[in-house]
Amino acid sequence: MIALVPLIPLFQVADPQLPATEGVFLIGTVVKMLIVFSVYMVGVAMLTLAERKISAWIQDRHGPNRVGYGWLQPAADGVKNIMKEETYPGTANLPLFVLAPAISFIPAMITWAVIPFASPLPTPWGRIDMVVADLPVGFLFCLAISSLGVYGIVLAGWSSNNKYALLGGLRSSAQMISYEIAMGMATVCVLLLSGNVSISAIIQQQATMGWNVFLLSIAFFIFLVASFAETNRLPFDLPEAESELVAGYHTEYSAMKFSLFFIAEYANMVTASALITSLFFGGWDIPFTQWDNLPPFTVLKTILTLGAFLTKVLFFLFFFMWIRWTVPRFRYDQLMSLGWKLMLPLALAYITIIGTVVLVLDRAGIARGPMFGAILFGMNVVLVVLLFVVLDRGRIVSPAYSRLDREEVARLRNMSLGKSTLAEKKV
Amino acid sequence: MGNEFLPLLYSFHFYLFGLLAIAAALAFVTRKSPVAAAMWLITTMFALAALYVMMDAQFIGVMQVLVYAGAIMVVFVFVVMLLNLGHPSEISDIRGKWGRLIAGFLGIALLAEILALTRDPMDLRLVVPVIPATVNGTGGIIGGVAGPLFREYLLAFELTSILLLIAIAGAVVLGRKRSAADAR
Repeated sequence: MIALVPLIPLFQVADPQLPATEGVFLIGTVVKMLIVFSVYMVGVAMLTLAERKISAWIQDRHGPNRVGYGWLQPAADGVKNIMKEETYPGTANLPLFVLAPAISFIPAMITWAVIPFASPLPTPWGRIDMVVADLPVGFLFCLAISSLGVYGIVLAGWSSNNKYALLGGLRSSAQMISYEIAMGMATVCVLLLSGNVSISAIIQQQATMGWNVFLLSIAFFIFLVASFAETNRLPFDLPEAESELVAGYHTEYSAMKFSLFFIAEYANMVTASALITSLFFGGWDIPFTQWDNLPPFTVLKTILTLGAFLTKVLFFLFFFMWIRWTVPRFRYDQLMSLGWKLMLPLALAYITIIGTVVLVLDRAGIARGPMFGAILFGMNVVLVVLLFVVLDRGRIVSPAYSRLDREEVARLRNMSLGKSTLAEKKV
Repeated sequence: MGNEFLPLLYSFHFYLFGLLAIAAALAFVTRKSPVAAAMWLITTMFALAALYVMMDAQFIGVMQVLVYAGAIMVVFVFVVMLLNLGHPSEISDIRGKWGRLIAGFLGIALLAEILALTRDPMDLRLVVPVIPATVNGTGGIIGGVAGPLFREYLLAFELTSILLLIAIAGAVVLGRKRSAADAR
């Protein structure tokens, strides 16, 4: 109690438009953490329901409709998973086996700390930024933390001491490393435009120049595809491909530990949607107006921008589910060739193009504003059309339903027999 | 918090992460299971990253996690899992009497060096250019690293990248030769 006494002067009434003092900042951060965490967890629980309802809608079924007309299904699932018996494989590496579900879930949640979700909120004690921690290295923090998610899956696969689980873990680590590179390269373009790695700065740049999805369309496509691979969602769910690996890395898990992997998948989806929103769709920016970005900040602005942010995130969550029930799973060689032979070179080429254009426009003395954005948009339309023309010939990525020609079959057979490509050329 | 609380908070976190780093490093060298050792190494990296952040080197802290924990160690774990080294009790790194003697001698020498340095503090501080941690101008916090790297030290930077490229090409060539020999 005595320690609290010197804190009282810190809560003096201050200008609502200026940043809050230390004490208010501390309390505000704790409140923000609690709110974001609760909303996030409830949201993730409701997403499992949303996925089942949307899948039912797409497949022309009813979906869950018994427990509270379907609305209480997540609660029923939760209770069931907690009540169930937890089984441990006899030869499992127990510490890592227990640790793995937590490691796969926590990184997805930590990433939310740096994502701004509304315009600053004015309070009687000063202005409070609507982000848990506005790190100056915000975006790099996201990349660093999301690259750790792979450990959960890899450790789950290894510690289960089960060959299907191990195969799932190996597939997942190979897949995530491959697509992480393409993802990182795609975001280099975003950093080229914003000139800063703080997510608030990236959102501010999009408010003045236009959303990055129009300025950097190809980078957006690469990021979108890579985030499907990073979240292990269809069409990239090879780590848990049921038809090949039983259930992949979580074969040996039961009850709440299995449920944690399930929650982690949805948590990753939410985080990926929020990142796509922040990097390419202007974050909490309301389109066609500058009203929301400029001070003075009001409570109304905070509520409206929060609405804009949530709308965008929910759209991408829907998009994730939509794709899941539309597109079949890739073959493993298709997955690898898409990542390494198409997306990575494409991202590198795109960085070069964007870098050149930005340099030329800067030298030409065009200010970073709507005009700058319009020129980039025009260039992107041309590039996207060119890219679609090239891709549509079906040479780079052969569709899953296309028949393999004889040479391709021979090549795949050689691969499975362990013959190298050099030997194949001699034949 | 008031100014009187911050140094306390700072030293608390310094000792927390410092002890964590040392404990994890000890666990890393003593574990026999390669995957457990890798996990402890990752913990060490994390603690080091936290210490970097506390020194206002946020970029280096993030890079520590991104490059070491997020990329290099994933590949390590991947390879360890693929090799399947057998039962941990059969593996040992301790190489006989002489190995232990040399290791013990090195350890004592290093400890003596640290003690000597604390006893007689020479002015060994590096002169670090003062860059404010929260630059809000162009480039933000990265600008302080990127500016010198791409202006004053551009040649060295490019030479380093060429060196890395040569190393990658060399690794590919070495890997290829062996597979060609196998094919014959």
